[in-house]
Amino acid sequence: MGDNSLVLGHRVSEWCGVAPVLEEDIALANTALDLIGQTQLWLGLAAECEDKGRDADALAFHRDVWDFRNLLLVEQPNRDFGHTMMRQFLFDAWHSLVLAALKSSENSDIAAIAEKSLKEVTYHLERSSDTVIALGDGTEESHKRMQAGLDRLWPYVGEMFLTDEHDLIDVTALRPAFDELTNDVLDTATLSIPTDNFTHKGGKTGARHTEHLGHMIATMQFLPRAYPDAKW
Amino acid sequence: MYAQMVKSTGTGVKALDEMEPQERAFQERINAGDKIEPKDWMPAGYRKNLIRQIGQHAHSEIVGQLPEGNWITRAPTLERKAILLAKVQDEAGHGLYLYCAAETLGVTRDELTEMLLDGRMKYSSIFNYPTLTWADMGAVGWLVDGAAIMNQVPLQRTSYGPYARAMVRICKEESFHQRQGFDIMMTMAKGTDAQKHMAQDALNRFWGPSLMMFGPSDENSVHSAQSMAWKIKMNSNDELRQKFVDQTVSQAEYLGLTVPDENLKWNEKKGGYDFSQPDWDEFFDVLRGNGPETTERMEARNKAWDDGAWVRDGMMAHAAKKKAMKVAAE
Ligand SMILES: [Fe+2]
Ligand SMILES: [Fe+2]
Ligand SMILES: [Fe+2]
Repeated sequence: MGDNSLVLGHRVSEWCGVAPVLEEDIALANTALDLIGQTQLWLGLAAECEDKGRDADALAFHRDVWDFRNLLLVEQPNRDFGHTMMRQFLFDAWHSLVLAALKSSENSDIAAIAEKSLKEVTYHLERSSDTVIALGDGTEESHKRMQAGLDRLWPYVGEMFLTDEHDLIDVTALRPAFDELTNDVLDTATLSIPTDNFTHKGGKTGARHTEHLGHMIATMQFLPRAYPDAKW
Repeated sequence: MYAQMVKSTGTGVKALDEMEPQERAFQERINAGDKIEPKDWMPAGYRKNLIRQIGQHAHSEIVGQLPEGNWITRAPTLERKAILLAKVQDEAGHGLYLYCAAETLGVTRDELTEMLLDGRMKYSSIFNYPTLTWADMGAVGWLVDGAAIMNQVPLQRTSYGPYARAMVRICKEESFHQRQGFDIMMTMAKGTDAQKHMAQDALNRFWGPSLMMFGPSDENSVHSAQSMAWKIKMNSNDELRQKFVDQTVSQAEYLGLTVPDENLKWNEKKGGYDFSQPDWDEFFDVLRGNGPETTERMEARNKAWDDGAWVRDGMMAHAAKKKAMKVAAE
């Protein structure tokens, strides 16, 4: 959960100062901020559970690609605003369902983080749904771009629903709810869901990330790696 | 400042008894400390001058996102990343308040944006400088937001109501930015040798450009005299620059950093520091478009605007369709 929010938060923050309209600069920064805040909580808890003297920053800034457990979807580059918002929508839809399930976790720390995050993510989902609908329905060009984003990102959707032995919840069981939610929005947006359900995998297990992740963490980790003795 | 070298009517300040009754009543309201509101009568020059000033200020907030945005993806801790993101988000918000204030004067945000993008309007010279190390995030908050506050605190009392109110909201956030910047500088200045080096280097590079933010001396400027009579400028450039130097030198001492000015000396008689003027030739070069990052800044803003056109069009088209459907249903 922490790696997902870290990697997506980083991606969204790349929009800083160059969004299509001022309100979007503010909204994207807001989303990135929420995600970085969630990262601090999840990775903080992960470090505590690990109990090896690391903290959230050590996990964020001193692990290499193979140790990242984020979904491939969130490491996909921003490309254009359409891809960015489609990625956000697909992730938000999944994220809100997962957080709702984790909210009832027996582990009270997890339940608390999930509850706090869900409030933020509910708002993210509302926003990204509205944007996907508006731009899907908007002009011929905006429709074309949103469809291109959906087509390009669809092969990364399936991975979100692969359950493995580390999962606390059965994520596969969340797929019908996800389909219902996304069908609804994409339909209103006049977009067609790709029929090929092939999925790339390897992000969540760390077995095979895409090439994009290495570049991202090279940027993200530069300072703590270059000056290991420094405190910031 | 965020608005530099704003030109007024250029004809000089008229005495009250040279004014037509309407203008005289307007000036008397200003003298009495009244706020002018959008629906009130105002001289054309006052309106034009304010549009230039508020517009330039708004553009500075917007372009000002870029030098700091340059380090968001390289912030060294999660907390620093969050703080910097929040700061840059605030700056976008400042831009929004200010465009709204300008719109009350009869110009649209899109018109102002186009004037920025085609070079008819300017933004503060300071944002044409590069941010090269993480210490620059400290220096920008400490010095640049610090200098902005010097100018903006008095502007909370400016005569135009919407501008004054925007300043009140903005000032609260700016002082927070300055503290955060100072905190970064402090951490760096007390850190490893490499960090100290970065901190001193940042101060060296940002000191002169920060002093330039106040603009050249305007003791003899007719534009400034008019703006001050209208209370859309509250202090002279030299006055604010002096105040900034006096405040900042002791902070630099506290940090253990050296202000890069051999002539810096406490002057007991004036109760302030004597200091060297920044390189005004460089300042005028920057205003002419030859700042070290000017081309990059303008390219980035133009690209954002052009790349975003389909998004803005799409949003508008959708909103229009929704509206038409609602009308049809009624
Ligand atoms: Fe600001
Ligand atoms: Fe600022
Ligand atoms: Fe600021």
